[in-house]
Amino acid sequence: MYGALWRILPGPAWFRVLLLLVVFVALVWACFEWVFPWLSAYVPINDNTVEAHP
Amino acid sequence: MRHARGRRGGALSATIGVVGELLITAGVFLGLFVVWQLWWTDVQAGRIHTQVLAELEWPEPPPLQVDDGPAIASEHRDEPPVMEEPADETVFAELYVPRWGDDFVTPVAQGVDKARVLDRLGAGHYPGTAMPGDLGNFATAGHRTTYGKPYHQVADLKEGDPLVFRTEDTWYVYRTTTHEIVWPHEVEVIAPVPGLQAGDPVPELTERLLTLTACHPMYSAAQRYIVHAELDYWAPVEEGTPIELVEAGVQVRGIDDGEA
Repeated sequence: MYGALWRILPGPAWFRVLLLLVVFVALVWACFEWVFPWLSAYVPINDNTVEAHP
Repeated sequence: MRHARGRRGGALSATIGVVGELLITAGVFLGLFVVWQLWWTDVQAGRIHTQVLAELEWPEPPPLQVDDGPAIASEHRDEPPVMEEPADETVFAELYVPRWGDDFVTPVAQGVDKARVLDRLGAGHYPGTAMPGDLGNFATAGHRTTYGKPYHQVADLKEGDPLVFRTEDTWYVYRTTTHEIVWPHEVEVIAPVPGLQAGDPVPELTERLLTLTACHPMYSAAQRYIVHAELDYWAPVEEGTPIELVEAGVQVRGIDDGEA
């Protein structure tokens, strides 16, 4: 998977590394901004309110 | 892994290679989630707390004067002023707790919706429960871990510890009475008289109570940590600062002509 990704990227090795770093940072940012906040609603490790059974 | 592809290793080892890489990816993803949850939510919520507290632009209590002695608010034990319940998401109070540090202050906002209030605006007020100073039970919820964790040290409170709420014009000094650990559905802890079951007739209210709810155990939240407190006294902000905060060296924030 990552081997294939490495092979289809253009340019010299340092350029590919740079490109992958940029993509990785973008993915992490997207996770922090959208994916994790969405996901956390389904991970009830932070609930702190009392509420009646629905 | 990539050496196996299309060479001697065959389809099996290529598949195992991809599965392995997917598992590594999943591991990194979960690791990042933990970093986000335990660290980044605190950073984000901390920024918002600082910002909403600054936006209150409430007047500073009279300064502590070296010559005349500090401006200590006198302890009023008559009928306290009680504000109307504000609109959802409105920051209407600040909470100071000397036990939690002289730099501890959290905004208190209306509502207990996780995404809109508790994850962003500090502690939240259960709608429909009493407001600060009122007869009945002023019930609040706060994160004990993550999202700025205003109630992080909730389990450190000891009997008699002051919990000082400030609205724009009034101080409300509550004192810790008891704590308990309950299941999340035990809503009677925030009843006007704690322990009162749903459907029970509400007796005439005589006490001015406060309840904090936070998750328990930390990082699991299977249960809830509950702290009850009772109003000791109230005071107008223009009179000064409660002695409890002055003695503990708590820096009361506010807008002033000079430096706060």
